[in-house]
Amino acid sequence: MVTHVMKKVAREEQWTWRIAPHRVGRALAEGQMWMGVGLMALAFFAFITVLSWAEVSYVVPATAANYIVGALGAKFLLNEQVSKVRWAGMLLVAAGVALACAAH
Amino acid sequence: MIPKSLRARTNLFIVLVVMLNPLGNTFLREGMNRTGAPPNWTSQALAIFFWKAFQSGSVWLGIGLLILFFICYMLVLSWADYSYVLPATAGSYVVVALLGSTVLGEHVPLGRWIGIGLICAGAGLVGRTSPATERGN
Repeated sequence: MVTHVMKKVAREEQWTWRIAPHRVGRALAEGQMWMGVGLMALAFFAFITVLSWAEVSYVVPATAANYIVGALGAKFLLNEQVSKVRWAGMLLVAAGVALACAAH
Repeated sequence: MIPKSLRARTNLFIVLVVMLNPLGNTFLREGMNRTGAPPNWTSQALAIFFWKAFQSGSVWLGIGLLILFFICYMLVLSWADYSYVLPATAGSYVVVALLGSTVLGEHVPLGRWIGIGLICAGAGLVGRTSPATERGN
């Protein structure tokens, strides 16, 4: 949702540093932006809540899966072109995050 | 052909995102640790808790850094692909581990270093692709 709103408010304008505050302001005026922020906050609180009672080994795959779900969302909802190289990178990152969290 | 300015600008913002998020969380955590947990969940105890928390400079610094992080995150998403930015932001795990081991003297287990290596390799691979792709149908 956040990406969708940011792409929408960017329109076709050329980037300059001066337009940055205006771009942020236009985005914050969009209801969908606040929905996206709310969902991100909900995900964070759900995560820390689950962490309070579930074992880390249970939560770790969910953390890593975030990157895979994100890539799928980017491809099918945002119509981004996710190449094989990018998929490979994403999978490496997901594996790395899973290992890093599991070893904590 | 990917314009050098696009890639440079994107990478600059990703570095800012990767640095600001863990720094902001670190200051916020330090401030909240000094504040301490509320003794109970009554409205009076919570009011005192938040009053004390917002008197902490670390909390304000943490909030400021996190706001800056989110602004940079929003801006980079206005031109770069989400599938490009998302794995790059996993670099925060690297920053947290480096901060922990060098500044705080924490022990970082080998498994975590291997995970960090995989994250770097994955982010490097993603970084070889274009930050902004044309929209598919």
